[in-house]
Order: sequence, then C-alpha cells, then structure tokens
Amino acid sequence: MPEFPTHEYDVLIIGAGGAGLRAAVEAAGQGVTVGVICKSLLGKAHTVMAEGGAAAALANVDERDGWRVHFADTMRGGQYLSNWKMAEIHAKEAPDRIRELEAWGALFDRTEDGRILQRNFGGHAYPRLAHVGDRTGLEMIRALQDHGVHQGIDFQMECTVTRLLLAGGRVVGAFAYDRDRGRFRVFHAKAVVVATGGLGKAFRITSNSWEGTGDGHALAYEAGAELLDMEFVQFHPTGMVWPPSVRGILVTEGVRGEGGVLRNSEGERFMFDNVPELYKSQTADTEEEGWRYCTGDPNARRPPELLTRDHVARSILKEVEEGRGSPHGGAFLDIAWLREKIPNHADHIKRKLPSMYHQFKQLADLDITEEPMEVGPTTHYAMGGVRVDAETQMSVVPGLFAAGECAAGLHGANRLGGNSLSDLLVFGMRAGEHAARFARENGLEGLDDAAVAGAAEAALAPFEGDQTAGENPYQIQYDLQDIMQDRVGIIRDGSKLESALEGIAQLRARAKAASAPGSREYNSGWHTALDLGHLLTVAEAIARAALEREESRGAQTRDDFPDKDPEWGKVNLVLTKGESGQMEIERVPIPPITEDLAQIIEEMG
Amino acid sequence: MATNTFKIWRGDAEGGALQDYSTEVTEGMVVLDAVHQIQAEQAPDLAVRWNCKAGKCGSCSAEVNGMPRLMCMTRLNSLPMDEPVSIEPMRAFPPVKDLVTDVSWNYKVKKTIRPFKPRAPDAEDGTWRMDQADVDRVMEFRKCIECYLCQDVCHVLREHHKHEEFVGPRFFVYAAALEMHPLDEETRSKELWEEGGIGYCNITKCCTNVCPENITITDNAIIPLKERVVDQVFDPVSRAFRVLSGRKGKAP
Repeated sequence: MPEFPTHEYDVLIIGAGGAGLRAAVEAAGQGVTVGVICKSLLGKAHTVMAEGGAAAALANVDERDGWRVHFADTMRGGQYLSNWKMAEIHAKEAPDRIRELEAWGALFDRTEDGRILQRNFGGHAYPRLAHVGDRTGLEMIRALQDHGVHQGIDFQMECTVTRLLLAGGRVVGAFAYDRDRGRFRVFHAKAVVVATGGLGKAFRITSNSWEGTGDGHALAYEAGAELLDMEFVQFHPTGMVWPPSVRGILVTEGVRGEGGVLRNSEGERFMFDNVPELYKSQTADTEEEGWRYCTGDPNARRPPELLTRDHVARSILKEVEEGRGSPHGGAFLDIAWLREKIPNHADHIKRKLPSMYHQFKQLADLDITEEPMEVGPTTHYAMGGVRVDAETQMSVVPGLFAAGECAAGLHGANRLGGNSLSDLLVFGMRAGEHAARFARENGLEGLDDAAVAGAAEAALAPFEGDQTAGENPYQIQYDLQDIMQDRVGIIRDGSKLESALEGIAQLRARAKAASAPGSREYNSGWHTALDLGHLLTVAEAIARAALEREESRGAQTRDDFPDKDPEWGKVNLVLTKGESGQMEIERVPIPPITEDLAQIIEEMG
Repeated sequence: MATNTFKIWRGDAEGGALQDYSTEVTEGMVVLDAVHQIQAEQAPDLAVRWNCKAGKCGSCSAEVNGMPRLMCMTRLNSLPMDEPVSIEPMRAFPPVKDLVTDVSWNYKVKKTIRPFKPRAPDAEDGTWRMDQADVDRVMEFRKCIECYLCQDVCHVLREHHKHEEFVGPRFFVYAAALEMHPLDEETRSKELWEEGGIGYCNITKCCTNVCPENITITDNAIIPLKERVVDQVFDPVSRAFRVLSGRKGKAP
C-alpha cells in the first residue's frame, strides 16, 4: 500500500466553523490532542456569514424570557418534530455558552445598563438574539479562532476529507487531500467529530458558499450513520435577487427585526394576509402594533414579517406567482420607510445594519436607507443531518460524533433564526466534551490498509480514463442544482420528486465519468468532481424523504398533500445505507415527551 | 451582451505570466464571476481562493488592474471595460498557483501576539458590564475580515520583505483591538516595538486606502499604538524630555 503522511490525534474534528471550533476548544480543554481539518483557511468558514445573532434566553431585555419560553418557541418553530431533549438542553445551556464567549474576547452590543443586548427575531417570543450589529457570526468565529490558536490545537488548512476510515466496528480516522499540492493525507484518531455545515450547493439559488456540499452528511452516511429529517431544507425568505451574479446571497432577518417590512408591487404589506392559525394570537393586527413591537414595546405583538421563515418564503413565492412580484421576481423589503419614524434614519440603519448597507451599496448599487431592496427565497439551511444522541452528539457509529448544521434533531421541521449560532455553541461543546471522553476511554484502533488504498484510488478516478471525452464536473453540478431547485424546492409534489430521483440516478452514472484535466495542484475541477459524490448523496436523501412524507409541515410543502397530518407529526424519517448500497428509509416514532416538558408546551401555547 | 478580455496570471512559485481569456460580461457581474466563468468554461484547473462571495470572509484577495481588491466586491462596471482587466495574485506573499498565494505567514504572526486576558468579572452574576461606547471604540477593528490586502499593499512587506521583523497593518489592527478592548488588561507595547516592528511604519496610509471594510487603520489603530509605545516603552526619559522641551505627548 502506498504510504501517505499520517497525522495522529485523540480527537479529529472535520470542519472549522463555529461548531468545529467550539468542539475543538472543549476537547483541547479536556487535555486530549486535537486536530482540526478546515476545508478553507481558518476563520473563513460559513459561520462568518451569520448576521442576525445567537438565540439565548438571557432575559437581559425582557425579564419574561427564560429557557422554558425558548424551549417552547423552538418546539413550535420545529412543528413538534424536534428532538425534545435537544431542544431542552439547547434552551438551558445557550446563555452560558454566550457568556463564556465574552471571556474569550467576543464583544456584543450592550443594553443601557451594560449587559448583552438582545434583538427580536422570527418565532422568538421575546428579544433573544445576542448580536453585534449584523456581523455576529464573524465575531463568534474570530473569538473562537483567536482563543483556539493558543490551546495547542493543530489546524490543517485547505484540506478536504473524502472518506471516513473504519476499522473494528468504529471510526478510526479520515482520508483527505490538501488543496495546494493535491497530496493525500491520512488522519488517524480515537474519535472523530463531523462539523462540516450545510448542503446548499445542491441547489441553484443558495446563500451557502462553495463549501456547503453536504460533506459531513455524506461522509457519516457512507460510514454507517443515520440521516434524520432530510426532507426539511430551509429556504430563507430574503436572499438578494438582483443582480444575477449575487442571487441567493443572504439578507439578514435582522432587517425585519429592526422594522423592515415586506411589500408587493402594489405596495401592500401582504404578510398581514398570510398569518397561519398557529400564530394568529401572537401576531400584530395592525402596522402600528408591529412597529411598536420593533421598538421594544413589551405589550405589542410581532409584525407578520417576523413569522417563521417557511411561512414568509411561501408567501413571497405566492405574490410572485400571482403577478405581484418585484421587477426581478421577488418582493420589496423596505427599511428606508423608517424615515417616517426616526430622525436621522439613515445613520440609524447604517449603525444597526452596516453589512447590509455595504452589501447592497457595493453589489447592487442601491442605498437601503433610500430605496427598498428586492428579495426572494434562497436555500439556506439543512434542518436534517446526522442522527445523534441528544446528550453526547454521538451517532450510531462508535466514536463518530456530529455537531452544528450537519447534525440533526434540534430544529425539526423548521429552524428559528438565531437558533443555529446557539446550536453550534451548545452542541459543539458537547460533541467536543464527549469525543474527548470517548478518546480517553478507548485506545487507538489500527488503520485498515485496504480501506486507505481504496480511498486513494477513488480520489484519483477523475484523472483516469479519457480526459477529453470525460464529463465536465461543473456541468454535472449545474444539472443537479437545476433538478433540486425545480423539483425538490419550496413547493414539491410526488411526480416532481419521482422525476428528481430518476434525474439524480442518471447524474450518478455521469459523475462516474467526471474528469479533471490538469495537475493535482489547486485544481478546482478535481475538487468539484470529488464533491459531487457528497452532493448526490444528500440530494437523493432530501428527495427520498420529501417523497415519503406525504404532508405539508414546516419547510416541507407538498402541493399534492397541502395539509398537516397529525399522523405524520408522530414520526421522523431516518435514512441509512442498505446492505447492497441502496438508500433505505424508515419511519421512526418520536419518543413520548416527558410530562414537565409537555406542560411547558401546553402553557406557552 | 459584450465580451471582454481578462489577463489572468497563471503560474506558480517557479514563475508565470499573464494569459488572455475572453468571456461574456453580463449585468452586475463582479471580477470573481468572470474568473469563475472562465474556470468553468475554459480553464478548469485555474486556481482561485474564494468562499462567501459577499465580502465577509476575505478569501478572494487579488490585484485587479494593479490595485489590491476583493474580487467578489469589485463590480466590472466600476472598471474601464474598453480595455482588458488584469487579475494577479497578491505580491507580498509567495505564489502557490495562479491567483492563490501562501498566506500562512499571517497565521504564524497572529500567534505571536499576546492573547486576550480579561479583567475579573465585575457584576454579581459573574459577567461584565460594558458601555456601548467602549464596545463601539473597538468595533471598527473587529470588523476586519483578514483579507490581508493591507499586508499586500504595505511597502515594508511588499518592497522590503521585512516579514521577519514587521507584523504588518493587519496585526496592528489586531493588537489595537486587544489593547483597546474594554476588558483586556495586558500590555503589548514593548513587543510591538521590539518584535512587531511598528517603528517601520511611516504612516503612508496605503493600508487604509485598500481596506474593504473601511477601517481607518493608520489613524485609529497604528498611530495610537505608536503613541502608547512612546509613552510606555520610552518612559520616563523621553517623557521627561517631552515635558522639558514643551512638546505635546499623550498622557500614559
């Protein structure tokens, strides 16, 4: 077997976004050796894009808040498919996870009395998001990064994992290549945490960067882990729609939290006509009440623009389909109207939403303090992911943990804004803690030479065969994105989903012939060819689960099953790799909720 | 639809040259879009580093028509489109391949700067109270996306290759953020003078001019740090000298 440079750690973490870094800091703190593989440079992970804030019931702004309310909001937002144990842990532990970031140098905006300020966000009953302007993710990443580099963690930058390595019935490491030279590397570890983030690149319009190719989802699935809730893909209601080259880039929900309103081409605030029954009692009746809510009036109810993301995305789509969209096929998001309410509104907006001001000014040549933005839905977040134990974050594969977006359970059918940053802190920490414990309790299992050789062979496939006759990997990715966008998007139906599965199967055949001319050095054609395998796996998982779930709930909307079905509210869908390599799907009953948690849900309505 | 010529540097540590590519330019396109289009249609092995494509991660730094820029935030209609657009890698760092440079030096430098050390919590609940005004003071520095364009343009690094003796504007901004952090109680002046080489900066403000986050690097970070160095490193002799000579200096 060819020899590859081998790195040995107690805990290997794949992914250096918020979850991976938080896991690394925790594991290193437990005294074990830690390696972190970053697909990009350290500090560039997609977490930097998170704008709005991290949800934690600190109750700094509204004393009525507490973990119980946060728990109930999360369960309601997830349409009661969430793992209730995870929702409980998350709501209870998020405040401490935020506060400890301050001890590592993070700075959040302040209240009048000097505590961490919190802002309103969709689906949260009270102002709950700790934030700093609209660049909270960058602040968190930087705080974790700058703290982490002094903890003895070994960072491997611009390195991509193509396979997890198994031996003796557990995970023993990972096979990877480095981007600059294309050399193979073997990572040998006692425990592995996947924290690779999302899979938005399976769709044409997405807020995700090139890295979001579902690597952790697919790596874990191939290694025998279960995927959960894959049908639930969050389409964020407000992505940029113009110019074409920036279509999909996120426009933070913070714009609406600060008072931004959605209007159609006729100038109507159409969200007032789109309030679902479940939220009627919590939603403002008038524009005036909605504005009072945004200014912090505790007696006002939230404006309908701050309903959960699935509702708002569908409502925008409806306006466009019925001919009341904006010129480039979206809706108008107006924050400039604050001029009617606030003196020096332009300065206020620039202070509260500096990145948004900057982003529109530079990319769309538009001043958001003067004109409304054009926005439309964009693929944003995977609620589905690796099924893990609520307490430890371990998958069914011994030694394999998952945290952050590539893990599942907390968000159920729909994630509330702000719950992802707190998710990655709470469960990143737990994954790091329990991976370190697993490493201490279990020795290093030997590597399987045949598995390493097999991984190397598979990674070189795009260089084999006829380079001129081979398929262009970019074209296969574009074709997959079209299939997912058009047939597995916001509005789904059975026949479209079936045709998507056929299309994905055809692409799998074509991907086998994908070729990458050129050398192994920084060759993105080759990288794209290797990412395709992950993308096709997650695409198939999404389509299969979406087809199986014959109802509309949260992020899943089926035209052929437009109603929520109480029977489907009792099960999650779990996908596994079958004996002969085919994807298998199973309905798994949600375990009965404990009495005290049930009572909280009851009380909080 | 118009096509335009892009002169892209292709090569590696051994050397390289500008190569011409022609591609279609559509409304709203940025330089990174053109590079991606060329990569997908004509040059699949063209190396480019990028990530968020929204000016938030600081990965796609390059020299566009000779100016250090983020490719994702440079709209083609802001450039003269009647002539070719040149795209080259940052020159202050060793080339890896095509538009990608080896920026690992920056990560090594950052580790040498004394980390954040907070004062003891001052509130009953074990946390801190801070004024928004104190937070705002360092916010500008914490906006930094680590694109290293300021390092690229700085003549101390670019022309004089003082990488061993000078940390560069990015890390003066980093140090300033720590020094002015409302909770930090470390002092870094001596190190900034002795190991950081802050004396090499002769405040030409080139870094400030290229910062995509509009951080006023020279005026707000470097000059106050230089003042601290004077006050804290050269005291008491130079302070006495300043007092005697009647020159104004910042109080320690």
